Amino acid sequence: MDLRRPNRPVIGPKVRQVGFVTPDSAAATSSSSIPAVSAAAAASAGSPPSSLSPVMIPPPRHPSTEMSNPHFHPVGSYNPSEQILGSPPALSPSRSSRFDADGSDFGGDDDESVALSGVGGGMTPKSSLLMCQPVTKTAPLVSETRKRDSNASKGKGEGPSAAPKEKLTKAERRATQEAQRAAKAAAKEAAAAGGAPSVSKQPKPATKPATQQKKDIPSGSGPLQPLAPSGSIEKKQGKKEVAAPHPRMQFDDMTKVGKLKKRAVVNQSEARNRVELFRHLPQYEHGTQLPDLESKFFQLDLIHPSVYQVGLQFLSDKISGGNARCIAMLLAFKEVIQDYTTPPEKTLTRDLGAKVGSCVSFLIECRPLSVSMGNAIRFLKNRISSLPHNLSDKEAKSRLQSDIDRFINEKIIIASKAIVEHGVSKIRDGDVLLTYGSPSVVESIFAYAHGIKKNFRVVVVDSRPKHEGQGLLRRLVERGIHCTYTHLNAVSYVMHEVTRVFLGASSVLSNGTVYSRVGTACVAMVAHAFRVPVLVCCEAYKFHERVQLDSICSNELGDPDAISKVSGRKDLNYLDGWAQNENIQLLNLKYDATPSDYVSVLVTEQGMLPPTSVPVIIREYGIERLWT
Amino acid sequence: MWWRSASFIRDRQNQNQNPNPNPKPSSLLHSALDDSPSSPTSTSMAALNPNPNPISAYYQTRAEHHAVVTSDWLAQSADAAAGDVAASSGAASGGSKGEGGGVGVIEEFNYWRKKPDLAEAVAAVMALAAVIRSSEATTMNELDIELKKASNNLKSWDTTSISLSAACDLFIRYVTRTSALEYEDFDAAKRRLIERAEKFGEISLKARKTIAMLSQDFISDGCTILVHGYSRVVLEVLKMAASNKKLFLVLCTEGRPDRTGLRFSKELAALGIPVKLLIDSAVAYAMDEVDMVYVGADGVVESGGIINMMGTYQVALVAHSMNKPVYVAAESYKFARLYPLDQKDLEPALRPIEFGVPIPSGVEVETSARDYTPPQYLTLLFTDLGVLTPSVVSDELIQLYV
Repeated sequence: MDLRRPNRPVIGPKVRQVGFVTPDSAAATSSSSIPAVSAAAAASAGSPPSSLSPVMIPPPRHPSTEMSNPHFHPVGSYNPSEQILGSPPALSPSRSSRFDADGSDFGGDDDESVALSGVGGGMTPKSSLLMCQPVTKTAPLVSETRKRDSNASKGKGEGPSAAPKEKLTKAERRATQEAQRAAKAAAKEAAAAGGAPSVSKQPKPATKPATQQKKDIPSGSGPLQPLAPSGSIEKKQGKKEVAAPHPRMQFDDMTKVGKLKKRAVVNQSEARNRVELFRHLPQYEHGTQLPDLESKFFQLDLIHPSVYQVGLQFLSDKISGGNARCIAMLLAFKEVIQDYTTPPEKTLTRDLGAKVGSCVSFLIECRPLSVSMGNAIRFLKNRISSLPHNLSDKEAKSRLQSDIDRFINEKIIIASKAIVEHGVSKIRDGDVLLTYGSPSVVESIFAYAHGIKKNFRVVVVDSRPKHEGQGLLRRLVERGIHCTYTHLNAVSYVMHEVTRVFLGASSVLSNGTVYSRVGTACVAMVAHAFRVPVLVCCEAYKFHERVQLDSICSNELGDPDAISKVSGRKDLNYLDGWAQNENIQLLNLKYDATPSDYVSVLVTEQGMLPPTSVPVIIREYGIERLWT
Repeated sequence: MWWRSASFIRDRQNQNQNPNPNPKPSSLLHSALDDSPSSPTSTSMAALNPNPNPISAYYQTRAEHHAVVTSDWLAQSADAAAGDVAASSGAASGGSKGEGGGVGVIEEFNYWRKKPDLAEAVAAVMALAAVIRSSEATTMNELDIELKKASNNLKSWDTTSISLSAACDLFIRYVTRTSALEYEDFDAAKRRLIERAEKFGEISLKARKTIAMLSQDFISDGCTILVHGYSRVVLEVLKMAASNKKLFLVLCTEGRPDRTGLRFSKELAALGIPVKLLIDSAVAYAMDEVDMVYVGADGVVESGGIINMMGTYQVALVAHSMNKPVYVAAESYKFARLYPLDQKDLEPALRPIEFGVPIPSGVEVETSARDYTPPQYLTLLFTDLGVLTPSVVSDELIQLYV
């Protein structure tokens, strides 16, 4: 009790502040918040979003320089630029309906400005945002004055009431264009003046609170840097890591995708008919790139063979599942470290970090990283950067390798064992347990429970196209466990006899949302409707401080062909050649988000917790806190 | 009313102290228990349980404390008993050296347990503190082992009491989780441990007052409060509100089967608080006029839900469906590392139920004494750590245990 919180007044009659404290009171209690941050936050909170005029240039979603800098990380689905862009449409419907005659003119104008803002948002480097900040500040004033002018000239009773509005929007639009042109010019200037990323990066913290609104206030700098534990080191590595694309890159931005493709190693062919809502995700047809990649093998001196091997295994789905992928990746990195020698005139901490970064970017090209892998990479980079400078290469390498071993052992293997022990305590004799897909921890829970002679039955629910449940079913039946196998379509039918639902997770987010194999949310909802307890088994290293409310803003798309074809049924050929038809869009999502309402309990190595306790675990036992 | 009679209580206490088989009063229970599916586990438990009594000892103690047989009577009885037990506890403090805190702790515990105003958990804390004090261990490790043994003894004395085991765990966590363990000097370290043990005992003793202070803001003039079960914390809260000259009406449920509500209403009426008594099945009928529900808790579990006297769940459900706040008053030593997924996911605590008429043959009786109220039906928990939402309970437990 007193070790961690020594100053805690246990019997004080005053109400202690617990849980999520509002920023004001956090500042008042002066627990840990930096005054500068809270002041900036207060400033941004003081100006309500409505005061942002549509003239304001939306902050770039992911400027290209930011790919190297994982500081900026959109928190959840909240995107301030959407909100800002979203405000004008309140006017536009009325405009288009009332001014049919010159609608084309305005329409064209509107389109142009939108396109401009989109391009500006996508292309302008970080500095442009900075430079255009004063412009945007003055812009509302300009429009204000114009409004007054137009109102004065109109007088009263002249024209319909919508007329000034129309004038207004036009004026505003013009202002937008001006601002954007100014921004572009500023950006060019900045670029010409040798505006290196390091220069542009520096003032960013000042602008960030304003754009990110309230999201980052409660915990100061915490949730904003999910991928970068120590900012200074990342900054040092910044230039090297330009090659690594940001994991949350928006793939509907053609210019950026083009850039990415130029330096990509893996030539992924793109799916042709994209689903509108999911355009921002990487859309690849996972075909046979193997021969292509094999031919490239000797050209790629940068990438270590073991990483190459693991990447190809990811690409061909030979290794799947959060833990398996994470362990494979870490073992490959261990070999990279083993074979690493520091080049002359470079330091190990910097160069090795960059090297790992380039390996990671190769892996991302093969398949987007899972949260567990992201956390493991974050851990490894943290360890690399915190190495003392006076260590010899050999010592440093052996230390890093033992760190990796320790991570695999403690965070994955021992954690799974602890989860198994906790999970088994909830299995009673006569239970009917349901699971979905093939979660490795749940499988070992079942195996262990069977080993200690518990009497239970398992329902394995499976789904197309991967049929992972069949592997689980086979292994369970081999152990002598009584099993039922069914598909997701029948889950509402089998649920009434089920007494416990055990699910795995790819990640658990800080609002308790469980991000897992697609279909998990469906199973959890059905179980909730039938009042069956849902136990989600997940190691704590998969927890992430991000907040996600839906399955759209961050997800992974699978091969559309996988759902258009039924294996073994040649006669079901209705969808052959679907890619030629523009009216068909196939959506093969890989993950979905289960709201925390449907989760009864999270089984982690720290014990059984309600989903509301995820932030506590992240805060107390996060990756950053590991062996520091 | 045989189980509530004074002589019965004395008999039971004697029976607990000297394992003298006297199956006369509980023959009915045994027959009821043998039918129940949980009997094999409870008998297997009895093999290692020093208290081979199938009835939940926790509820028995509570019954002794609140039975309609007045508390002053019990105080007299306890005083009379304390004469010999105090002697034996004194002997325990001095004489249990050879036992290594084994039997001594239970005697000590029984001595404290008899005080009608003292919760069972606090009695356990006091007993464990006495173990440290009287310990003759010469190393920290020995003392640690002795303490763990004593706490295990206490816990196995009554496996159904959540607050007892929770308090034992918390005590050990609180006392041993200190830098004192690294001290060079054993005596200094032991003194530090005793200090902490006494502090913990003090906190536990004061908890009720703290909670009563905290919850005053939630009781406003003219409100109507529904109370279920006999909770000494809730009584303290209402007592303090009344002494602050607040005007409010209390609705008391009857609290079958041991009529805890009757006793509670009697206490309130003695304080001059307007009380209305309801039968348990009238909760939904009366909920319209209720402004808030106050309940105590036998244990607060990791999910933030509570385990309390049978009927709390349905009161909370009715209140939730009518959008009335449900407040729980519970001391922090009742926080337990349990996570029940449903009602049956608990160690069964059984209690005899008197129906007034003979039970027809072939009819089974549900004798469970408590139920589990999930956190979504609770509004706030008043604890000595502060006013908490249910989700914070797990945060507190994580900070303490993991």
